[in-house]
Amino acid sequence: MAKPPAVALRLRLRLYVAGTAPNSVRAIANARAICGEHYPSAYELEIVDLLDQPLRALEDGIIVTPTLLRLFPLPVQRLVGNLSDRSQVLQVLAAE
Amino acid sequence: MKIHSPNAQAPKMLTGIQGFDEITDGGLPRGRTTLVMGGPGCGKTVFALQSLVNGAQAGAEAGIFVAFEESTRQIIANAATFGWDLPALARKKLFFLDARLSPEVVKAGEFDLAGMLAVLKKKADDLHARRIVFDGIDVLLSLLDDPIAERREIYRIRNWLSETGLTGIITQKAGADADHRYGFLQFMVDCVVILKHQVVDGSVFRNLRVMKYRGSGFSGDEFPIILAGDGLRLTNRGPTELRYPVSNQRVSSGLDRLDNMLQGGYFRGTNVLISGAPGSAKSTLAGLFAAAACARGERTLYVSFDEGAAQIVRNLRSVGIPFARHLKSGTLRMYSTRTRGPNIEDQFAALRAKVTEHAPTCLVIDPLSALSLKHAHIASADAAQQFLDFLKGRGITVVNTSLMEGHSTDEQTATGISTIADTWIHLSYIEHDGERNRALTIVKSRGSGHSNQVRELTLSDHGVSLTDVFIAQGKVLMGVARWEWEQEELAATRRTQVAMVLKRLNLQVAQAEAEARLQVVRTEMEARSAEIAVLVDAIGSASSLVRTDRAVLRKMRHGDAETARVAKPAVPKRIGKRTGGKAGH
Repeated sequence: MAKPPAVALRLRLRLYVAGTAPNSVRAIANARAICGEHYPSAYELEIVDLLDQPLRALEDGIIVTPTLLRLFPLPVQRLVGNLSDRSQVLQVLAAE
Repeated sequence: MKIHSPNAQAPKMLTGIQGFDEITDGGLPRGRTTLVMGGPGCGKTVFALQSLVNGAQAGAEAGIFVAFEESTRQIIANAATFGWDLPALARKKLFFLDARLSPEVVKAGEFDLAGMLAVLKKKADDLHARRIVFDGIDVLLSLLDDPIAERREIYRIRNWLSETGLTGIITQKAGADADHRYGFLQFMVDCVVILKHQVVDGSVFRNLRVMKYRGSGFSGDEFPIILAGDGLRLTNRGPTELRYPVSNQRVSSGLDRLDNMLQGGYFRGTNVLISGAPGSAKSTLAGLFAAAACARGERTLYVSFDEGAAQIVRNLRSVGIPFARHLKSGTLRMYSTRTRGPNIEDQFAALRAKVTEHAPTCLVIDPLSALSLKHAHIASADAAQQFLDFLKGRGITVVNTSLMEGHSTDEQTATGISTIADTWIHLSYIEHDGERNRALTIVKSRGSGHSNQVRELTLSDHGVSLTDVFIAQGKVLMGVARWEWEQEELAATRRTQVAMVLKRLNLQVAQAEAEARLQVVRTEMEARSAEIAVLVDAIGSASSLVRTDRAVLRKMRHGDAETARVAKPAVPKRIGKRTGGKAGH
């Protein structure tokens, strides 16, 4: 986010995780890698740790972790899992 | 080291589900996890939710409901049908988490429940919750689509539960696939409750079984359950130990001669079974009992199946049993319903409500077989037995009719009902000479002597009566046959009488003949006597003639010695001497 404003924001994501649970750790790493590779400097990724902020899960109806929300572009897309299925992730991120 | 007494067993959590807390001796294991399994529509969700609601209401224990399968809105709507006001409770005591993963959700790798459990932990702390339900865990597990992950998440929940100290209820669908896949769940939890339902002859039977309960005694039988009114309820067999008020008081059967046969009537507070073929006057006998009870001023309930109350009243009036005025006075209440319709448990629940409402001392169920024998299902017999136990516990005298074909009074044909009947009266048809007649037999009567004779039951406009039957040449005679026999007997008597008269007359004739003969003899004798007399005379004349002749002869010969005698015949002395004692004149 310390990126130069010249690049337009193409993707805004929110990733719900649960502390250091293996799937959560993996999901964070996978999200960063995919975004860095396919949307360099044009994405925003918010990471919500439910161990710290449990009630935020209720706002977004989060049941399982990790859950990734694509908040922008609309419509909101939802993806669960540790994001190891890269092609599936890309498909959802690019969904119209 | 102190040895724990049996009372110091694992702490328990009352579910408030009627019957369940009794069979588990206090409810579910507190601070532990219970698995509730069952097919769709068995009442798993209701069981879990009811435990939660009861806890929130009675025990003031807050609870959390995690719904994996149904929406919160659906659950609230379902609960409302049981009269549970979830929104009101939800404000303070309950928290509902809609944990349905949208089917459209895209899966990109493994996931887990760590986040959700963090949320629930927070909520549990805020509410001071003591109970939690995971409803439809299999729905979530199936999305994991990996046996290892499934097992891992289950263990995660279990560990979470033991950390938080919450009492958990996990519900899971049962089925061949699920059993295979989530079988480990049963080993993992401390208590397993299995709910089942089956359809027999179009009626639903639900039951509940505690399959496992670590650290506690429990009854492992299948218990019938009902889903009605205020929720799920076990229609328990009641206390295992049978303790009823016992009375020596007699209650009239409504038929004097039957009372006599039973040495005074039915015992108060007992079950009387009147079995018999269709149309054998079972209802009439039950009606007599009800009418007699009402006449004594006893509150009576007449429960009929598949026959309307009005029709029964009319039928009974035709044999002189008055129901109308008892109905009018309110002493008698009638309740008619269909056998088909709500399931058997619901039927008995409705009946219980009626009994509680009217508080009768006498009750008729006509016929009980509509509920039990017809289905020939253990659950129905159970339900019937439990209902009878319930009535017995209240000291109500019950007359049940039961349809039974043929003449059989074999204990088995009555599907166990007979074993709980204290008095069993069997009505049968006896066919003879193209005619069917009703015969009444007392099969058994507990705690009392009874007549072992068959009686004929006759119905007429004037009422019902029992008649002795005739036994002739080893056959029981009834109806026209009995009448014929009676006529036959009468004729025979008449024939005998006539024969006697004839015989007497004959004898008189013989006597007369004898007398006549006697007269003849007597007359003959007289004749003989006469003859004899004549003969004697004749002999006398003859001898004097001889003497005369001699005298004449001597005179003629001039005999001197003889002359004097002849001349002086009046001198007997001389004559006597001379004739040597011979009688002379």
